[in-house]
Amino acid sequence: MAEIKLEDIIKEENKVFSKTSLFTEKPLSYCPGCGHGVAHRLVLEAIEEMGIVENVIGVAPVGCSVLAYEFMNIDMAEAPHGRATALATGIKRVYPEKFVFTYQGDGDLAAIGTGETIHTCNRGENITIVFINNGIYGMTGGQMAPTTIPKMKTSTSPYGRQVDMMGHPLKMTEIVAQLPGTCFVARHAVHTPALVRKAKKAIRTAFEYQKAKKGTSFVEIVSNCNSGWKMTPIQAIKWLEENMLPFYELGTLKEIGLD
Amino acid sequence: MREIKLMKGNEAIAEAFIRAGVDAYFGYPITPQSEVIEYLMYEEPHKRTGMVVLQAESEIAAINMVYGAACTGKKVVTSSSSPGISLMQEGISYIAGSEVPCVLVNVVRGGPGLGTIQPSQADYFQSTKGGGHGDYHLIVIAPSSVQEMVDFVPLAFDLAFKYRNPVIIQSDGVIGQMMEKVELFEQMPRMTNEEIKQKYDDWALTGRTKGREHNIITSLDLVSERQEKFNLKLKEKYDRVEAEEVRYEKIMCDDADYIFVAYGSSSRICQKSVKLAREAGIKVGLFRPITLYPFPFNEIKQMVPHLKGILTVEMSLGQMVYDVKAAVEYRILVEHYGRVGGMIPTPEAIVDALKTKIIGD
Ligand SMILES: Cc1ncc(C[n+]2csc(CCOP(=O)(O)OP(=O)(O)O)c2C)c(N)n1
Ligand code: SF4
Repeated sequence: MAEIKLEDIIKEENKVFSKTSLFTEKPLSYCPGCGHGVAHRLVLEAIEEMGIVENVIGVAPVGCSVLAYEFMNIDMAEAPHGRATALATGIKRVYPEKFVFTYQGDGDLAAIGTGETIHTCNRGENITIVFINNGIYGMTGGQMAPTTIPKMKTSTSPYGRQVDMMGHPLKMTEIVAQLPGTCFVARHAVHTPALVRKAKKAIRTAFEYQKAKKGTSFVEIVSNCNSGWKMTPIQAIKWLEENMLPFYELGTLKEIGLD
Repeated sequence: MREIKLMKGNEAIAEAFIRAGVDAYFGYPITPQSEVIEYLMYEEPHKRTGMVVLQAESEIAAINMVYGAACTGKKVVTSSSSPGISLMQEGISYIAGSEVPCVLVNVVRGGPGLGTIQPSQADYFQSTKGGGHGDYHLIVIAPSSVQEMVDFVPLAFDLAFKYRNPVIIQSDGVIGQMMEKVELFEQMPRMTNEEIKQKYDDWALTGRTKGREHNIITSLDLVSERQEKFNLKLKEKYDRVEAEEVRYEKIMCDDADYIFVAYGSSSRICQKSVKLAREAGIKVGLFRPITLYPFPFNEIKQMVPHLKGILTVEMSLGQMVYDVKAAVEYRILVEHYGRVGGMIPTPEAIVDALKTKIIGD
């Protein structure tokens, strides 16, 4: 059989979608079905659309997205676990004219980095925080996260999260929305095309708020970790819709206005 | 003419940050060095030079703010005292592991734990032998006067950028708190963003301009072969530092039968002990390491044939003494004398210790 080439199928004239130019050529290291890849793309598309790549500095976390700097073709630093917003604060303070963002998981941002998250938002650092909430520690093999919902099974809550013993899930987005330093706080998801479009708009809006120097803009993405959840990607999306979304309601929690 | 002032060590170093054209200071208050951030806030350096000063929510946040800001090629500094420096260790290890230049100041107090707010030199191991995890070194310079608190600031930045390595100014509560006459150097200009971009565009995060690859600051490499190569590259750097950056001072060592080895405030006290001992007819000199890493191993070793013994004087249970013993390869007697818990040795007690521990009468 003759070899089928990609160019034979995807011709220039019928191309309706292509990879953003801000992705490097490195293949993503995420599990198939994981939301991290889509979230990366949305951040990069927002930066590309705004034409600000020469003025962007990003900060990657410790977590599955620790290698975000390999995939995002922009200047980036990799922070110690939980400290991304402290690095971003340092960068923004010496380069107020640059766009600075962090990209962090829920263990990174809402457990070990809780202090930095709250104080960064409370100071109103003029940065953008993208927060991936998949309810679990993906990178270390599926342990309980501060965001793990009640009764959810993880490797350190093998019989389900028992809140009387293990404490309650932490809704960081609701907390930062109450702080005077935040200007735009929203929760989105990326498991359907319609939701992807909304999430993209929110990330773009977050960067617009930074451009307008309004304070900290914060976008949570409720995502999946099919590997950690021990589900197929399809099962994981269904589980997310039925269990995560009722607990983590999508929508804009705070918007002070751009002008 | 240079400005001459009577200043506290902590205030003098803060003034030196501003004058050295530092871009940012991030810190968290702790005795005995809170005057550093207090002085900076009072002086409003953003009005004088555009320098950023920010009080962080913890030393963990402070060191990571330093990390972020220093990733961009700016001159960045923090200061703290022992418990705060302990809290910074993970960040310091990352900074060393991603070869980011910056300057740290430790105005050492007594430990372990909350210890005491009084002076100490018990963080020698922490600063010179690692502190954080992994194979790395800080360059460690130890001032022994308020003047050196000032003069070592530009030196520390020169070394930090020359080797792309964190440098720590290892002071102590005596020097931080005491007042002395000090000559201040003239204001140096801060580098412009364009100058930084030109000079450090091969590594610093300044935004990916057309025609260059994206710059990445990371301490991670999951490919063992590459990580090993990187570790070996760091080793080469430390070898160069050890070959080229040793600094020390010798006082009355030429005819000495015995020497004191002491740094920082202990070396100041030893100057008086040298005088007292010589008045009593004992020929003693003082060898003062200025760089604690790289340590002047060879310079001490070369003195061995002319010496009968060495007394190291530190405000600790004996930490630097191991390096001095290694330097002399155990060929002559080396003993430690020190006070701890915030107590400061007297010049007389040091001479007594020399007599009983080394001379043997
Ligand atoms: C100081 C420190 N403690 C613990 C770890 C181990 N660790 C690495 S990633 C991680 C959790 C990551 O989970 P999350 O932030 O939710 O990101 P995800 O992997 O799910 O995307 C932990 C605990 C570490 N690297 N550093
Ligand atoms: S382990 Fe989970 S979070 Fe990590 S890449 Fe796989 S699916 Fe995504």
